[in-house]
Amino acid sequence: MAKPASNIARSGNAFMNWIDERLPVSAFWEATMTGYYAPKNFNFWYYMGSLALLVLVIQILTGIFLTMHYKPSAAEAFASVEYIMRDVEWGWLIRYLHSTGASFFFILVYLHMFRSFLYGSHRTPRELVWIFGMLIYLALMAEAFMGYVLPWGQMSYWGAQVIINLFGAIPAIGEPLTEWIRGDYFISDATLNRFFALHVVALPLAILGLVLLHLVALRENGSNNPDGIEIKANKDENGIPKDGIPFHPYYTVKDIFGVAMFLLVFVFVIFFWPEAGGLFLEHDNFVPADPLVTPTHIKPVWYFTPYYAILKAVPDKLIGVILMFAAVGILFFLPWLDRSPVKSIRYKGLWYKIMLFLFAIAFVRLGMLGMSEGTPAQTIEMRVWTFVYFGFFVLLYFLSPRAKTKPVPDRVTH
Amino acid sequence: MNKPSIRNNKLCAIMCSLLALLAVSTSAAGASEGALHQANVNVRDTAAAQRGAQLFVNYCFSCHSAQYMRYNRLAEDLDLGEELVMEHLVFADAKIGDTMDIAMRPQDAVTWLGKVPPDLSLIARSRTTDWLYTYFMSFYRDESGSWNNLLLPNAAMPHVFWQLQGIQEPVYAEHDGRRLVEHLELAEPGTQTPEEYEQSMRDLVTFLAYLSEPAQIKRRNVGIWVMLFLALFALLAWLLKAEYWRDVH
Repeated sequence: MAKPASNIARSGNAFMNWIDERLPVSAFWEATMTGYYAPKNFNFWYYMGSLALLVLVIQILTGIFLTMHYKPSAAEAFASVEYIMRDVEWGWLIRYLHSTGASFFFILVYLHMFRSFLYGSHRTPRELVWIFGMLIYLALMAEAFMGYVLPWGQMSYWGAQVIINLFGAIPAIGEPLTEWIRGDYFISDATLNRFFALHVVALPLAILGLVLLHLVALRENGSNNPDGIEIKANKDENGIPKDGIPFHPYYTVKDIFGVAMFLLVFVFVIFFWPEAGGLFLEHDNFVPADPLVTPTHIKPVWYFTPYYAILKAVPDKLIGVILMFAAVGILFFLPWLDRSPVKSIRYKGLWYKIMLFLFAIAFVRLGMLGMSEGTPAQTIEMRVWTFVYFGFFVLLYFLSPRAKTKPVPDRVTH
Repeated sequence: MNKPSIRNNKLCAIMCSLLALLAVSTSAAGASEGALHQANVNVRDTAAAQRGAQLFVNYCFSCHSAQYMRYNRLAEDLDLGEELVMEHLVFADAKIGDTMDIAMRPQDAVTWLGKVPPDLSLIARSRTTDWLYTYFMSFYRDESGSWNNLLLPNAAMPHVFWQLQGIQEPVYAEHDGRRLVEHLELAEPGTQTPEEYEQSMRDLVTFLAYLSEPAQIKRRNVGIWVMLFLALFALLAWLLKAEYWRDVH
């Protein structure tokens, strides 16, 4: 014991002491888990973050096993996926875990983001938590898009064609840019190869790094809560927030229960409904990619369709593309668009409840319309909901500092 | 401070259920497109899948391959035994571990048939079983005397089952000045009664459904146990959580 004991509570375990003198494992555990106080009033919406992390791990593990059998070549990709589905031991399970995991990742991320809309989790001092979260969302969209190309089915091919061509709408550099992305004049073997590299190496690394930043930034100020008040403003004589409880064991055991409930749903889909009626695995993607046969109805996977509907709602392609990217981009500014003196929907008043309700409907309806064939009536509806979608942010900016709020309690409520 | 949050929860619940209602109502509206017959296949019905396999080999397999399906997998999953499969299902010089390929070369297929008949390994997943069943029910002889299909007009495939089903002919009706096929009528009976033919096509679609995902029976069997395990795990996790949280007020 050459070194003086640190301020860590030393356990009697000689092995841990040996480790702690060389690597601050116990200090890290205490700082992020047992000595990290989280508000005691978390509700249903606070399960999504840990569950998203679980799905990230599932995606990485199943992804590793898929790459052992998958062939990233235009000639072999489709057949290698069927090889995984039929000839690889438990290959079907690994593949369904991965394909279902992709959709559930987005379900969880959308719910996780909606939680922020409800309780103002992105507000001061947690703006960077939100920004890192948004960057994760962007990386996740790129990851999912490229992953969807890999099975090399008809929808992989034509979906990629449509989405990459969107960049062609950019004046002057559009066409060369699409060629640069594809590495060819059309979607080809070269495109598949680079998408594979990005999907299995570059983007997962980026996502992991961003998740780390997201968590470090979160731990700096601690979680928000459904009341949108700072628990650190009310501490006891030991400097512990009165409304806080140690993350471990309280939220670890609670999250284990969340994991069990989530897995029940997740596993049900995997074993009994893996195509999800064509939502998670599209029917057309069971046909090998054919550059000569265009499917009658090309649409992206469900988690992109709200934005796709915004694109389709606009007659001019360039403006459509701009609006589509703006629909994602505007989310980055959410911490500064909401200027209400209170964070939580509980104390914001009816105006916010109505607006958020309409916003949520707009997002869901746009998602559904994005999958549709786009009849004239549907196009009009898309325009209405696009207007509602953007209107939410505009109204939020102007109404939030003026609207009457309810009194905020000092302590969290149950 | 309890009252506002209860009211909030109520509002939340109302909004969530409205959203769910919206989702359900639109998806139900979307499902009504095109009137397909219900195939009602049960892939667990091994006898039906066996009869379907026989039909597949006799009627489909000379032009359509099933390039991702192995004979020995078929023998095992459908309780057929490898000898029986080698004797009755395997043509030419294929071995039991081979995939179900056909001898016809693609360029010959184009010359003889106009296009390459699609591989059927995944047809039930790309088309759906209802579509396939309806397709087999929708062949008719048009006025020019050639085969046509109500579901897939001008289908390249002839009615290979015409001896079983017999020959259907269209009954026309006027709609807004256009002459459209209203329904099909059996003009000449086949070797099977309509009921027998329906059953045959159900058997065939059952086999095609199996063919599209041979692991699906195992998938559902394993799934039940995984769900049961997780239900137990969830219960224990809840008890653990409740125990730890007893002192949180």
